Amino acid sequence: MNDFAISFHGQKLVARPSGTLWWPDVGLLCVSDLHLGKAERIARRGGTMLPPYEGHDTLARLEVELDATQARHVVCLGDSFDDPAAATAFPNDLRSWLERLILGRTWVWVEGNHDPGPNPMPGRHLAQYDLHGLTFRHEARVGASGEISGHYHPKARLKLRGTSVIRPCFLIDDDRVILPAFGTFTGGLLTNSEVFRPLMGPKALSVLTGTACHAVPMARSNAVRT
Amino acid sequence: MLERADEPSLLLIAPTGGGKTLAGFLPTLAELGPTPPPGLHTLYVSPLKALAADIRRNLSAPITEAGMAIRVEDRTGDTSYTTKRRQRADPPHILLTTPESLALLLSYEDAPRIFSGLQRIVVDEIHALAESKRGDQLLLALARLQTLCPGLRRIGLSATVEDPAAMGRYLARHPDPCPIVLADPGPPPDIRMLDLPDPPPWAGGGGRYAIPAVLAQVRAHKTTLIFHNTRAQAEIFFHHLWLQNVDSLPIGIHHGALSHDQRTRVEAAMVAGALRAIVCTGSLDLGIDWGDVDLVIQIGAPKNVKRLVQRIGRANHRYNAPSKALLVPANRFEVLECQAALAAVRDFDLDGDPRGPGPKDVVCQHILITACSGPFDADQLFAEITTAGPYADLSRAAFDACLNFCATGGYALRSYDRWQRLVQRPDGQWQLRDPRAARQIRMNIGTIQDSDTVQVRLKHRGGGTPLGQVEENFAATLTPGDTFLMGGQIVRFDSLREMTLQVTKDPGRKPKLATFMGTKFTTSTKLSDRILAMFRQEDWPELPEHTAEWLRLQRQISQLPCADRLLIESFPHQGQEHICVYGFAGRNAMQTLGLLLTRQMETQGLHPLGFVATDYALLIWGLDPVVDAAALFQGSDLRDGFDAWLSGNAVMKRTFKSSAVISGLIDRKTPGQRKSGRQATFSSDILYDTLQKYDPDHLLLQITREEAMRGLVDFARIEELIGRVQDRIDHVVLPRVTPLAAPLFLEMGRVPVKGSAQERLLREETDQILAAAGLHR
Repeated sequence: MNDFAISFHGQKLVARPSGTLWWPDVGLLCVSDLHLGKAERIARRGGTMLPPYEGHDTLARLEVELDATQARHVVCLGDSFDDPAAATAFPNDLRSWLERLILGRTWVWVEGNHDPGPNPMPGRHLAQYDLHGLTFRHEARVGASGEISGHYHPKARLKLRGTSVIRPCFLIDDDRVILPAFGTFTGGLLTNSEVFRPLMGPKALSVLTGTACHAVPMARSNAVRT
Repeated sequence: MLERADEPSLLLIAPTGGGKTLAGFLPTLAELGPTPPPGLHTLYVSPLKALAADIRRNLSAPITEAGMAIRVEDRTGDTSYTTKRRQRADPPHILLTTPESLALLLSYEDAPRIFSGLQRIVVDEIHALAESKRGDQLLLALARLQTLCPGLRRIGLSATVEDPAAMGRYLARHPDPCPIVLADPGPPPDIRMLDLPDPPPWAGGGGRYAIPAVLAQVRAHKTTLIFHNTRAQAEIFFHHLWLQNVDSLPIGIHHGALSHDQRTRVEAAMVAGALRAIVCTGSLDLGIDWGDVDLVIQIGAPKNVKRLVQRIGRANHRYNAPSKALLVPANRFEVLECQAALAAVRDFDLDGDPRGPGPKDVVCQHILITACSGPFDADQLFAEITTAGPYADLSRAAFDACLNFCATGGYALRSYDRWQRLVQRPDGQWQLRDPRAARQIRMNIGTIQDSDTVQVRLKHRGGGTPLGQVEENFAATLTPGDTFLMGGQIVRFDSLREMTLQVTKDPGRKPKLATFMGTKFTTSTKLSDRILAMFRQEDWPELPEHTAEWLRLQRQISQLPCADRLLIESFPHQGQEHICVYGFAGRNAMQTLGLLLTRQMETQGLHPLGFVATDYALLIWGLDPVVDAAALFQGSDLRDGFDAWLSGNAVMKRTFKSSAVISGLIDRKTPGQRKSGRQATFSSDILYDTLQKYDPDHLLLQITREEAMRGLVDFARIEELIGRVQDRIDHVVLPRVTPLAAPLFLEMGRVPVKGSAQERLLREETDQILAAAGLHR
């Protein structure tokens, strides 16, 4: 078993090693921060020209997840496109590929700070999405409960005898799940960042992704502790 | 110098500290005269900012005394913004700078005006610049300057090098000749091994065992420089030196990972004569001449004769007196290396690998810099670049690939047609599509590789004192309360905030080892050959008895390696099968060989568990004995495995990162950027993996391969080894460890053979953590 199953607000959810969240009873796959079109956006703004293959790679990995789970519902938790212009300029081949993935599924695009408002792809376009007591939104809110979000690209560092690894990770406690970023060209924010302090409770777990899921207690900011 | 002043290029080779820098300025001073007209006349480029500042002081004094109205100013990364602006508007007669600051100047639109009237360029310590891409960048800048100022004359100042003619070709405008002036090398140095009461340890580095004898030498001399091969070793040695320094002799430490302030303070104390010794690394190979140094001690074997000769030159900066130097082998094998080095110095047999062709990532950066200064014609730029020594053989196809990379990204999938970085105007000239890009390009100028480091600050009530920097990977292994050595003191890690390690002083605890980025030298081919030649001797009267006895024992039990054969020993030890391969190809190549052979063993089902490599040998351990050693060395098999292995290797990813920064694919990280929006930046490994997968023939992957092959992976030396021994492999099977192999068991840096290993380790580790926290999967 490479997955990590949790019981969350009476629902069984599964953190998958790829960084997607699977809700088997509903047949729903949740994925966050695809950042499609990121390379194009950087070049458009006069920056460097990164390898223009991140859209292919992200969609290919997403397709593997859809095939593996046979998901009937998909929720993208925002920042699906790196900006609205990237969605408009999304190359035709990738657009048809994505449309093929959407076909036959209910697909919810939750808006993010990078892609506010509806994007041109088929599906429902929402500010947030509520289902069976769970709330899907882009950015976690302090005080919310039963919330599933993305935005922060959490990653965790784990020391192994004499060396260490950094992996994108889920952050999970009783009130919320924060998903890692799924897009190929995405970085991350270490769990000991200040921003997670008000969001994650003392018993929060980091679930490292990769070949298999590995859960450890979340490493927290040590700014106050001495 | 004055007689040859009109040569278009001139190379002056003089031993360290021969006053050659001032000699380089003689023609300039003669031409400028007492009342020169305004305008830039001479540009001086050196590898060190400190050197530029020091030359300004040394040059200003005689100019003022002679009543000459000559303005001398330096311009480096430390120069203030207002001064830099003024210098562009009204340049001094003599401008002292670094390759990076010069490249930046050339990126401005008004570069032709700034450099109009430039007559001369003086390149100091060119032997040091030529060892890295900084030299390649400088020579491209010179090619550009030569176009702007056709009459420009070049003077290169170099320490002793093995191939002066090659250095001349490097400096001169291709295909111009470069006359060479060789200064009197002075009397031969007084150099020997330090007499020690105890034999050195069997393995390891650092030379701690020699501290009492070193202190005695420091006491007996005015000022001693104690050179180490690595920063970590310098720190440890310094720490233990002070524990035994009962007389409290004033001794300082100097290396490249210490903060600028710390280094400046030590340098100032040295100049003032307040220090009796400095424990240092290559950071003091260059730089200010200190007349009072009368002894150089080299701890650990000199891995390279040329560097040793240059270091020895740091003692006694006077022509008439011999430089005095002592070598301290850090382990038993290094006794042999030191002996070989002594013989090489006596024979003046300098080593050094011939330089390969100039790397293409530097060409990419140069194209972008040129575009910042204004539109350019590709044919003209190509012609100009090939006048630079390192790029004389650059093909037009290679140049076009670089230009295509700069303009379009150079991808097989051409998706940036609308957003090209460079576009061609109707008249055929190339220019930046978006002029705002110039700012970003300028911020990324330079070829110095900065690895990911974090600052170390000493916390106290007034705020914090910067101590220096350590590698981010090392910082990541620290937990609050851990201690390590920094600048000779033990400090305790308290917290990591905004990429700064906060530490407090904590004497009296046993420190962990700090790892610093910095160079690891690998023993040169020449020295290896000399050691192999020593093995042919009947006996070794020139060696200390403990070392000679060791070699006799090895000859009796097994055999000694020789140059045209490859000795491989097999023996069981502590329940595991071992093989020891005496390749003598240098640490980088032996490390690569270790990865290749264990891979072969894996496919042959021999279950290798790990290996360790030194400059001379490779020890592999595993579950099954190697019966047919020759089969492991089938050249083509080895090569096949190499390609697959290479692409997934961490060394390649590191090489890719530095080339990606230099060529302008990714931005150099600046401290400010790292604080904000960290989730927006992502690892260059992702770019590498993406290119491997979707565009394996991309220019940057080609550059990465070329770099790795001759650098860290050093495959050339493995091929040379295989070619040299062909099938002459002596496989000796023994019941137990041999004398020559024994020290390898004590070596640091064991490499486990990975595979599913990391995942298994992760699982074990997380299960443990969870269990400790009362949780389970």
